[in-house]
Amino acid sequence: MSAVVNGAGKVVDFVDQRITASNWLKRNIRKAFPDHWSFLLGEIALFSFILLLLSGTFLALWFKPSMQEVMYDGAYANLRGIHMSEAFSSTLDISFEVRGGLLMRQVHHWAALVFLAAMSVHMLRNFFTGAFRKPRELNWIIGVILLVLGVAAGFTGYSLPDDLLSGTGLRIIEGGVLATPVVGTYLSFFIFGGEFPGDDAIARLYPLHILLIPGLILALVAAHLMILWYQKHTHWGGPGRSEKNVVGYPFFPIYVAKAGGFNFIVFGVIVLMAALIQINPVWLWGPYDPSLVSAGTQPDWYVGFLDGALRAMPNWETRLFGFTLSWNVLIPSAIVPTLILGALFLYPFIEQWVTGDRREHHMLDRPRNQPVRTGIGVAFITFYILLWIAGGNDFFATILDIPLNWITWFVRAGVIVLPPVVFWVTKRICLGLQRRDREKVLHGRESGVIMVSPEGEFSEVHAPIPQEDAFELTHHRRQVPVALEPEIDENGIPAPRRRVERVRAGLSSFYFGDVVQKPTVRELEAASHDGHAAITEGDGHAGGERSEIGTGHP
Amino acid sequence: MSEYGGRHGGDVERPEPTGPPVRETVDEPIPDPGLPGHEPRLTDTDPVIERRAERQVAGMFGLASLLMIGFIVAFWIFPIDDGDAVEAVRDSNLALGLTLGGALFLIGAGAIHWAKKLMSSPEVIHERHELRSTDDVRAASLSDFELGTEESGFGRRKLIRNSLIGAMVLLPLPAVVILRDLGPLPGNRKAQTLWGPDVQVLRDGSFQPLRPADLEIGSLVNAMPATFEDLPEEGPERINERAKSPIIVVRMRPGEITPAEGRENWSVDGILAYSKICTHVGCPINLYEQNTHHLLCPCHQSTFDLADNGKAVFGPAARNLPQLPLMVDDEGYLAAQSDFTESVGPSYWERG
Amino acid sequence: MSAISARRRHPVAALAVLLLALFVFGGAYAVFAPESRADVQAASSTQVEEGQKLFAIGCATCHGLGGEGQVRDDGTVIGPSLIGVGAAAVDFQVGTGRMPLARPGAQAEEKEVAYTDEQIEQLAAFVASLAPGPEIPDEDALDTSDLSAGDVARGGELFRTNCASCHNTTGQGGALTFGKHAPNLTGAEPRHIYEAMITGPESMPVFNDNTLDSDEKRKIISFLQSVQEQPNPGGLGIGRGGPVPEGLWAWLIGIGGLIGAAVWIGTKAS
Repeated sequence: MSAVVNGAGKVVDFVDQRITASNWLKRNIRKAFPDHWSFLLGEIALFSFILLLLSGTFLALWFKPSMQEVMYDGAYANLRGIHMSEAFSSTLDISFEVRGGLLMRQVHHWAALVFLAAMSVHMLRNFFTGAFRKPRELNWIIGVILLVLGVAAGFTGYSLPDDLLSGTGLRIIEGGVLATPVVGTYLSFFIFGGEFPGDDAIARLYPLHILLIPGLILALVAAHLMILWYQKHTHWGGPGRSEKNVVGYPFFPIYVAKAGGFNFIVFGVIVLMAALIQINPVWLWGPYDPSLVSAGTQPDWYVGFLDGALRAMPNWETRLFGFTLSWNVLIPSAIVPTLILGALFLYPFIEQWVTGDRREHHMLDRPRNQPVRTGIGVAFITFYILLWIAGGNDFFATILDIPLNWITWFVRAGVIVLPPVVFWVTKRICLGLQRRDREKVLHGRESGVIMVSPEGEFSEVHAPIPQEDAFELTHHRRQVPVALEPEIDENGIPAPRRRVERVRAGLSSFYFGDVVQKPTVRELEAASHDGHAAITEGDGHAGGERSEIGTGHP
Repeated sequence: MSEYGGRHGGDVERPEPTGPPVRETVDEPIPDPGLPGHEPRLTDTDPVIERRAERQVAGMFGLASLLMIGFIVAFWIFPIDDGDAVEAVRDSNLALGLTLGGALFLIGAGAIHWAKKLMSSPEVIHERHELRSTDDVRAASLSDFELGTEESGFGRRKLIRNSLIGAMVLLPLPAVVILRDLGPLPGNRKAQTLWGPDVQVLRDGSFQPLRPADLEIGSLVNAMPATFEDLPEEGPERINERAKSPIIVVRMRPGEITPAEGRENWSVDGILAYSKICTHVGCPINLYEQNTHHLLCPCHQSTFDLADNGKAVFGPAARNLPQLPLMVDDEGYLAAQSDFTESVGPSYWERG
Repeated sequence: MSAISARRRHPVAALAVLLLALFVFGGAYAVFAPESRADVQAASSTQVEEGQKLFAIGCATCHGLGGEGQVRDDGTVIGPSLIGVGAAAVDFQVGTGRMPLARPGAQAEEKEVAYTDEQIEQLAAFVASLAPGPEIPDEDALDTSDLSAGDVARGGELFRTNCASCHNTTGQGGALTFGKHAPNLTGAEPRHIYEAMITGPESMPVFNDNTLDSDEKRKIISFLQSVQEQPNPGGLGIGRGGPVPEGLWAWLIGIGGLIGAAVWIGTKAS
């Protein structure tokens, strides 16, 4: 053990003599990292990204990003003698003539799917627990940008093999670009070097995919982690925890072991998936030809909602003075994504304005204590899932034996009707949960024991809950709507920006008007004056002079 | 310490330098009971279990090492260059993936098991300091900045300021202009295909011409223009035209066709030709339902009625599928009367 | 005198000679008579008769006793006319169980075959006798044993050009409008694939031998067989269904499994 310490000591000494390392080390070796599974979702994204870099570097050593036409003469018999681009041919070579090549291709593709799924789940976790609030708005913005960059990396990546599936996707992109008003055709000709598909597209996507986008992602991930490190991670409220401290386990050795271990677990799971489940078998799709298409053509899952929007959109188009505005393409491919991104970027600031809350927040919200925010989040997920369903409509039509056209109609109606319904249902569920928490604090937990009173009345006995549990249910801040200042204050000066303030007050009461508040001290005392305590003292044992359960009041 | 944007009731915190903070107000019913005490794990109290956990961790690391050696062995004993490539790759992929994936997973699992069961670190509590800098530091940095601005004279020397702003505004322009040669200007190219008067219809693949008698009711033929073969084999022209000029030729009973005005002679005995490129976003369509005469695009489910001038009847496509006027040429083969009378493929701004 | 000559005035002698003559001439006819074009598959008049009887029982309610079809006054087709559809259509429809129709729906579904092979031959013979139409392909048309790897690759190109937009590049099938679908071709017999191409059942277009010659059809069939027999080198095929099932598995196993691991990491040890 001391040999390890000695060796490490020599290294640290070398570095310290040059950049004063020990200052940083002293502050950070025992840094507290809160330990909850939901804090590890961002790590899944980080580690799958590292795997993407490693597997991608391997693939780049063999892949040829060229649309030069060649006649295939390789190991896969069913395509021998067929004309195809070098990009496709080199992908076949990697799959069938490089040992470990197919494994690395599959690792790369599974890791990409997991990377985007992990970022999405991480973003949702942050949303539902309010981790985007001050001081973490910056990291939220960086995160949304990372999500967009991830989608771009995925799209440019799966288009590189120039197979029938991804080539069709490129064609759809070209159609989307063409719909841009005024400059659509110019943009398309600049992107593709002329008419579609030309012979430049793959070679142009390549430096985007292996250099520019990963570079941006790396830089932003570094910033993301540095901000997180400096601000310290958020934590759940509970006994001993507050806005002013952070409770966790020391960075070294615990967090290093757990995070480092999780890194290997993420690697291992993805490699095992690549060993056992086939993904993107380009040899079955065949090389891209713009006059061919296959049934069951879909983009990767993270672009699926956009394809679904394209499928579900009604065929609106305006023709005026010799010019065409293709709403049927513009709305799903440009306007809807812009609105979604805009909403994501701006949400922390909107919520901050509505609630008037400019404090620092380091403790997380339980979703039930923010019914409107949670409702908005679930409504958004519903909208997204409906577009997903539209994107796979032919797949679902086939396996569920539902007529294809019904699915399109269902989604068209659903995206308007379902999110508000889901919002309302989610909000009611949150309020119900809040009510249950409040009842638990006031009256204790239901014990399952039924008592009969002398008059014959049945009631359930409630048992007291430990103080730790009660504290967990009540430590959150009260949320009340922002009060509107009087129109004219006591000095006769009218309030400024009256209309804006009125809107804000209305929104704020929408957010917090229905919230079930935690009990006040007086309410708690009133409840316990019935002769029994709902909360026990000390460490959870039923004890103390106010703990008898004799009267059987619920 | 607490900042409010509006008025609402709240609590007052009494910050404490150490220990769990205490919040006592009328609104906070439950005081903080403090961090729960340390509960020992089985591995802390029972040396038998502790040794077992140690063996489990070491076992996982040891098995990982074995699997990594297994990977190296599998790399050599599963060649992929003799016999059936597909089967050989399947075996190799499975062997390499299971060994590598298993090894990586076990290293991770071992490290986590070690941390959870055996590492003896207690929970630690650290103070959070307010992120906002203190007032005097802020004031000092602000005054340093003002000093620098004053020394530079940027504010005072308006000529320098304005000319600098002018240069900065123009700076991005060369970066944009230098990209001009990314591609040619579109011109009228989007509105033209390889079809024209007397261009024969050739079967896609074999490039043989078609006689009307070759098709029967319900037939579907994928076809290309004869002028396609004049294009150079090197370069992108051929593949670019495959994105614009392919057609499908179908045959139905003449009585089922309802031609639009002026299109009465565009069909030959119930044989019709339409562009194969969807007018939505450009996927090729040859999903022809012969009994309904509907053509379904698999990408976004735009549906066109080929008996009714290619009318868009379902889905997101807003424009009808362009029809190619057909005739029979002197040799008795199917040929076009002219190019399409409208642009094929997706709509664009200047399409008209 | 021989034994036969001695009995030449026997009362049964005339009958015996008659029977002998019938057998001799009938047998000679059967051996030497030229076969008519429409009956290449040894359909004798008894086959057509048997077929007609089966047809009257199992098919005429929808298709009419003479196969002329039945249309209601308002134009709804109860059963289309079978005149000219040929033996191939019958062999395909009845041989895959699509006919007799179990119930009306978007299209006839493949199901358990209701007739024996011999009965199907008889039905086919009857329908073929109504008017000339596509014939059941013979062994040569279906023999793919002489095809090279290059031919199979060419078959793949033909399949992707003509068939993949409905049936998917590996024949997994696909959705058509309003509840119809292009079926999954896994396990389809070469004969039935050929017949479907030349008869164009229901929504499927017709690919007769003038637009896709029989050589090209053989290549397509051999490609389908090759791709269906081919193992999946990457592991489980997950239905070769493309990005939708791949995305579902990435979420279920990838994220689901890793969240499970995260929960394990985050829980306190006992």
